Amino acid sequence: MTEMSEPLVSAPVSPAKAKFLRFLIRDAGVLLALVLITLFFSATAPYFATPDNALKIFVQIAINTVLAAGMTFVILTGGIDLSVGSVLALCTVVGATIMIDESLSPAAAITLALLACMATGAACGFLNGWISTRWKIPSFIVTLGMLNMAAGAARVVSDNSTITGLPQSFVDFGNLIIGGFLPSIFLVAVLVIAAGWFVLRFTVFGRMIFAVGTNDEAVRLSGHNPDFYKVAAFTISGLTAGIAAMVYLLRLNIGSPIAGVGYELNAIAAVIIGGTSLSGGKGSIIGTLVGACILQVLSTGLQLLGVGDNFKPIVIGLVIVLAVILDAYRERLLRRIR
Amino acid sequence: MDDAILSLKGVGKIFPGVVALSDVSLSIARGETHIVLGENGAGKSTLIKLLAGIYQPDAGTIVFNGQSYQPKTPHDAQQSGIRIVHQELNLLPYLSIAENLMLENLPRRAFGVVDRKALNRRAVALLKEVGLDIDPRTRVEALGVAQMQLVEIAKALSYDSKLLVLDEPTATLTPPEITRLFAIIKRLKAKGVTIIYISHRLHEVFEIGDRVTVLRNGRLEATRDLHGLAVPDLVRMMIGRDIADEFSFDASIVPGKVALSVANLKRSAATPEISFSVRHGEILGVAGLVGSGRTEAMRALFGADPKLDGVVEIDGRPVAITAPKDAVRHGLSLLTEDRKGQGLLLDMPVDKNITITDLGKVSRHGLVNRRAEAAAANDLVGQLRVKASSIEQAVRNLSGGNQQKVVLAKWLFRGTSTLILDEPTRGVDIGARREIYQLLWMLAAAEKGIIMVSSDLPELMGMCHRIIVFSKNKIVGEVPRAEFDQERILSLAYQEYVRP
Repeated sequence: MTEMSEPLVSAPVSPAKAKFLRFLIRDAGVLLALVLITLFFSATAPYFATPDNALKIFVQIAINTVLAAGMTFVILTGGIDLSVGSVLALCTVVGATIMIDESLSPAAAITLALLACMATGAACGFLNGWISTRWKIPSFIVTLGMLNMAAGAARVVSDNSTITGLPQSFVDFGNLIIGGFLPSIFLVAVLVIAAGWFVLRFTVFGRMIFAVGTNDEAVRLSGHNPDFYKVAAFTISGLTAGIAAMVYLLRLNIGSPIAGVGYELNAIAAVIIGGTSLSGGKGSIIGTLVGACILQVLSTGLQLLGVGDNFKPIVIGLVIVLAVILDAYRERLLRRIR
Repeated sequence: MDDAILSLKGVGKIFPGVVALSDVSLSIARGETHIVLGENGAGKSTLIKLLAGIYQPDAGTIVFNGQSYQPKTPHDAQQSGIRIVHQELNLLPYLSIAENLMLENLPRRAFGVVDRKALNRRAVALLKEVGLDIDPRTRVEALGVAQMQLVEIAKALSYDSKLLVLDEPTATLTPPEITRLFAIIKRLKAKGVTIIYISHRLHEVFEIGDRVTVLRNGRLEATRDLHGLAVPDLVRMMIGRDIADEFSFDASIVPGKVALSVANLKRSAATPEISFSVRHGEILGVAGLVGSGRTEAMRALFGADPKLDGVVEIDGRPVAITAPKDAVRHGLSLLTEDRKGQGLLLDMPVDKNITITDLGKVSRHGLVNRRAEAAAANDLVGQLRVKASSIEQAVRNLSGGNQQKVVLAKWLFRGTSTLILDEPTRGVDIGARREIYQLLWMLAAAEKGIIMVSSDLPELMGMCHRIIVFSKNKIVGEVPRAEFDQERILSLAYQEYVRP
């Protein structure tokens, strides 16, 4: 209790240097990994290092990036959200149903669909957070329940069928590549990440998210209500699932009750690879973006290398486990510095 | 010493940037009880960890029982006959006492099945040695801290240890438990077991120790015969200067109006109602045995735990407190007993720990103003003399005393009218402890109400205007400063436990 190896502690680094080292270990490490993997595939995989392929990767990571942005909030508070995949499915059918309503003008339909997606997602997320904090149930279980409920609701809303026939202007925007290099849906993903980064980095709310994940009891005894921040984090995760559903509609142009299967695992993987600790309190949303990139670069690169679809998941699974192992080492290194 | 069981020659240990131990030469005589003292960070822990095989020395040699002693792992240390009872107990809560005692050497029958009969029989014998009369099949989680402590010692004995190292064994014990522990230590000593005993409580070491070694800043300050020394001598050796009077009660501070009053507070159907109050500028001591309901009463008052009934008044006005946030809003602060688990955001830096109580003060429109935050934190860190490399250092890496100062700083940052402190000096070294005392005086002079819960009776008697005594969840007495008397307070504390 007393002087747990104090010596280890007062490390000899200056504050400025410590800050730099922290950045190096926490964020730059993942970035470096991304660069190395990209270089590797550029050198070995045919077509990998082409503008076309880069565009393709940008398009493909958009959905996961948006989901993972919200997931970062939840994991930072020490929770987990397994429901985002099927919440996304529910939102796609809700959004698509509104958009194909011919009594509405396209502009009104699209706006309404966006709002409905966000509201549906946020409501699911709020329920996740509220139930798990109100009855003190692990979020793992609550969101597992929500995974099933939202999947069922998606079938009910869509009558178990795929919804097509979205407005042409909407489809066109989804295919838009701004300036020939920036796909519109990737822009959406980047904006979501930027918003999340701003909130986590600069706001009181963001500070409280980190604090709650570090020690919610200490936060409570300091005069706050940690449950509020946990519920908020889940609501944000649901909200981003709603936004991700719009991105899905932009990209694939169909609302589908069977969309999003397994998406939650990709989102969690992106967050963890990006250096956010599963136990909460530590991490960054920029890391999450990099994590999402790593996953997709690996997937595309392996495909171009001719690694079969059966082997690809094995490699990606290994990378995820490796990331968690590295996370443990990273923590140890960081403790030395601070 | 002619017959040294353990001798260290020029032992040193260096961590990146810090010399933890330097040129320590020490010899422990066979059969003696040797006290090791030192402030936090003086090197006691490092020394223990070297003996335990957790660290390896960078310099010097250790000879144990006539042989060179170079343990690479804790297992090696055990094999050689050195057994350490760490301050953090290492028992497995869901296993029985007997299983814990012989975990590393369970008696077996054919096919590796545990021989329960033999296990429990041996356990009973071991427990008897430490004076524990308890069914060895009891799960460890059902035991009190004191009993766990004794189980740890029994476990150490089960290995036929030649040298027993006890690291702050009394930190969480009550006076009668300490008495019992000391009797056991004396019995072990009579049987020829050599003991190294580490403690923060200077008053108690005279009863059991033969010699004392004082470490300061990683160096060996002195090794002396305890006979003929007194507490002030030890203090001087530990901190390298004289401390005139550990407590300088400032009689010029006269308590004013009632700051906080609690009437008929009832925690649960089974606990009695309690009432007490504290005035502005008053330090109210709360004495009682560990588990007498002191902490629980404070937590219920603060809204940290639910309560059934009771009226809390602040400056004469009744306030509704159902959660800590209500208490904080009304100007109450709680420094919890469990500093690491409930008081601090261990992995977050000093500044963020301080401002957590009132981020509104350093933010505008929901955005944290980092510069204002740093300024406020630096201010408090300077004021309380928190020793940290910078305000960006994680509080995990601060010493106990400095961590406690950070907890105090966070409440000062918020601005408090009444401060509840639960064991504020536990695990805090003597230098920092004095600084905390002085700070409390300053706060009292600034007309704050202070409630101080402590198991350290001399501390309460030195600090407080008045002491209320808990016994079995009940407030059994109130003693004004003029009538402070250790015996009287202790007998009050036991009152409800001795009655049939």
